[in-house]
Amino acid sequence: MIPTPDLSHLSRGDYDHVYEPAEDTFLLLDALEQDATELLRSRPLICLEIGSGSGCVSSFHSFSNYPPVYISTDINLHACRCTRRTGLQNKIPIDSILTSLTGALMHRLSHAVDVLLFNPPYVPTYSDEADDAQHDAGIAGAWAGGADGMQITNTVLQQVEPTADQSVQSLLSPTGRFYLVAVKENDVPGIRQRMLDEHRLQSQIVLQRRAGREHLFVVRFSRG
Amino acid sequence: MVRLITHNLLACHAKGCTSNNFPLQLKDVQVELRDAEYNADFLRGFISRIEWPALVDAARQLGDTSLPNEPPEMMDDDFLQKLHHVLLEIHIEEGAMICPNCAHVYPISNGIPNMLLAEHEIG
Repeated sequence: MIPTPDLSHLSRGDYDHVYEPAEDTFLLLDALEQDATELLRSRPLICLEIGSGSGCVSSFHSFSNYPPVYISTDINLHACRCTRRTGLQNKIPIDSILTSLTGALMHRLSHAVDVLLFNPPYVPTYSDEADDAQHDAGIAGAWAGGADGMQITNTVLQQVEPTADQSVQSLLSPTGRFYLVAVKENDVPGIRQRMLDEHRLQSQIVLQRRAGREHLFVVRFSRG
Repeated sequence: MVRLITHNLLACHAKGCTSNNFPLQLKDVQVELRDAEYNADFLRGFISRIEWPALVDAARQLGDTSLPNEPPEMMDDDFLQKLHHVLLEIHIEEGAMICPNCAHVYPISNGIPNMLLAEHEIG
């Protein structure tokens, strides 16, 4: 069993600004643990987490014999700092970058990401609320997802794998895997169908769980 | 932290800046050295993902001249140790990275690179 990362260095004050790990976070950890053997076998070189928040997920992997480069992004400076500290606390060197989604990395990480992780702001809100939350780069940006909770996720989905128009840059390496957290309101079957039709990516639901009002999913996409 | 492995993966993404936007030039940097776990297999695998001249140039800007102009065909332990040090053990804590094309400045503070763009700079 892979231990849950040590977060004892983070305080209430940190969680005023940064999303505190909750059921969605732990479902993603459980999914990664379930896939750990396969992930290790694929010998990943680059792991990228978009929106790393506390750094709990980026600090979780244990590819002990073959440690990849862990790169994380967040638009919230507090989150970048927490991610960096959580990496240090758990002895995992995480390169924490202050940027929106994949900004500044698309150019060089084209077809280079072996493990892509995204626990997006998935809560359906008014569209303006999601825009404002990203603009403010505070804690609301961790959950406010706009229409169907998909406003931010849709932007990332377009970057994972090109459509028929090959001029679009994409992130996944030939053997890359993309783990996405979603809720029922996001229309998980719709996302999977769209990724298959438009991007030719196969997908599987790794885990799903009810937590309070939320029905959470972790979906894994790959070239099959 | 901005290790040279990270620097090798960052490019300017300001609106309209799509060529000559890599590598970012280092300016006024403060560096710390920290030991990292050596893994020869990882280095051998990762070398295909590196933009070699950019790495060599960045290392030389920081006073490390240990890497050859071209990666050698025989990657012996001596070479891999040098590569390990340059890629993973040199941490830029403070300073800035500047786009060679549009001169956009990306500050580095407390080891975190600020790659955010203003509203009008987003492509």
